[in-house]
Amino acid sequence: MTTAVETLAPARALPSARPGTIRRRTHPLWFLLPAYGLLLVFFFLPTVFNFVYAFTDWSGFKAEINPVGVENFTQLTSDGTLFRSLRITVVYAVLVAIFQNVFGFGLAVLLERDTTVNRIARTFFLIPVLMSALAVGYIFQALLKSSGLLADTTWTIVVVALIHAWKWMGLSMLIYLAGLKSIPLEVTEAAHIDGASRWRTFWRIRVPLLAPAVTFNVATALLGSMNGFDIVQATTGGGPARTTEILNIFIYRTFGQGLFAQATTMSLVLFLLVALMAFPVVYVLRKREEVL
Amino acid sequence: MSRRLQPVFALLLVAVVIGVPLWLVIATAGKSQGEAVDPDLTPPSEWHLLDNLRQVWTDADIPAALLGSLLIVAPTVAIVLLLGSMAAWVLARRGSRLTAVLYALGISGIILPPAVVTVVLLLRQLGLAGTAVGMIGVYVGIYLSTVVFFVTGFVRTIPESLEEAARIDGAGPFAVFRRVVLPLLRPVLATATILICLYVWNDVFYAFFVIGGRIDTLPLNLFQVASAGLYLNNWHLIFAYVILMSLPLVVVFAVAQRRIISGITSGAVK
Repeated sequence: MTTAVETLAPARALPSARPGTIRRRTHPLWFLLPAYGLLLVFFFLPTVFNFVYAFTDWSGFKAEINPVGVENFTQLTSDGTLFRSLRITVVYAVLVAIFQNVFGFGLAVLLERDTTVNRIARTFFLIPVLMSALAVGYIFQALLKSSGLLADTTWTIVVVALIHAWKWMGLSMLIYLAGLKSIPLEVTEAAHIDGASRWRTFWRIRVPLLAPAVTFNVATALLGSMNGFDIVQATTGGGPARTTEILNIFIYRTFGQGLFAQATTMSLVLFLLVALMAFPVVYVLRKREEVL
Repeated sequence: MSRRLQPVFALLLVAVVIGVPLWLVIATAGKSQGEAVDPDLTPPSEWHLLDNLRQVWTDADIPAALLGSLLIVAPTVAIVLLLGSMAAWVLARRGSRLTAVLYALGISGIILPPAVVTVVLLLRQLGLAGTAVGMIGVYVGIYLSTVVFFVTGFVRTIPESLEEAARIDGAGPFAVFRRVVLPLLRPVLATATILICLYVWNDVFYAFFVIGGRIDTLPLNLFQVASAGLYLNNWHLIFAYVILMSLPLVVVFAVAQRRIISGITSGAVK
């Protein structure tokens, strides 16, 4: 096996060498320069700065910036803020991912047939997706203020996650709808001919074939809500008693107080959290796709 | 679920889940200050919708905020689309390991959160703090990855023979890109335009750090007046503002609904 591949390899390399040199002229790399220059300056450089200024005493109260080692981290871990914000962020992200996908999937199944009523209904469920998240937050603050649901130290995080899911469920619905449409009719017909009930066909054939849509929806919901801000800020502002203070709320608050180094430290923590969670989440979900 | 019950259930769900919150916005925006203190679902005893809209328009200085929003959204979209598709075209057509690495780096911004705090420091060092140029740069940095991702995928579906015909006629790479590739990218660029307009138009978090207090955009203005000044608990004015701010998006949606839907789903399921 391996020898066959090895003998084939140089034979393949020959014709591909010429198009490679042509590509240099027809698709020059300098086309990448403007985009990657801006990416470097406005995206990668600030990220690198995160790794530097998290270890300084940068603040709004004095001009000079001095290195202080891991003092920001020890301070934020010793008063419990770091793990508390991390825990709240992860809980929020997981809750949003669950709610948004359950709602989106339910809506997609309910509104799957292309009838006039369903088309109108889908349009309405897309309105929240287009609205400003800040506006959504204010609407639910006004709606729920008198009920006390936004003032409970245990359950408010669940309520805010539900609001976040309400805003984005239309997007998940669209993606599940596209997934359902992409399943060839022959597959379900074959199952039907083999004597499978509609219920069984649905759960054993159609739902597993939705794996790519699940991957996309779970990944975007998780990562999007970890990076969330507007909805939490507009509904609770992080309260009550800081029980809904996700990382971006903390960053916003400490930045406003002039504690730039602490804000940077948390920004770095958020970066690491997303980076660390993104790879396993995408990997696991992709693996599931392959198995199916 | 039976075929006869399904439409009834679907409409009921729309009415409760979407209708109630939207009705709250319209009803409260139509109330007088006294009636709107404790917002609820009762209709206003007398409609003041137009008066409230007019009051927000002048008191909150919406024209200035609208101008600020347009000043930032339009160049951001133009730059991000042009530079993003230039890069995506070359990335899609060249199959080396270097371009694979560059592609991975280029789309990493879809997942990774931007460093909002240190970007302020960087802009200060560049002399761009609090300026529209700085804000546009930050948005371009954040959303280039989205454009690169969408357009690279799209370019791979275009046969290269179209480019070759122009090349035989003696067109250089820039002419090929401008006259052949760019026109072919129209559908995917339309999608990307809508998505990025949506993100940037509604953004308040990044704007707060970069231009907060210097330039007003619509969401930033709403955020400030609702959380501190003028409108604290003046729900009739907050929701009048929400209506005004959402109108442009509703118009865009009404015009380009099909495009938005196909765009949102195209990148996702494949």
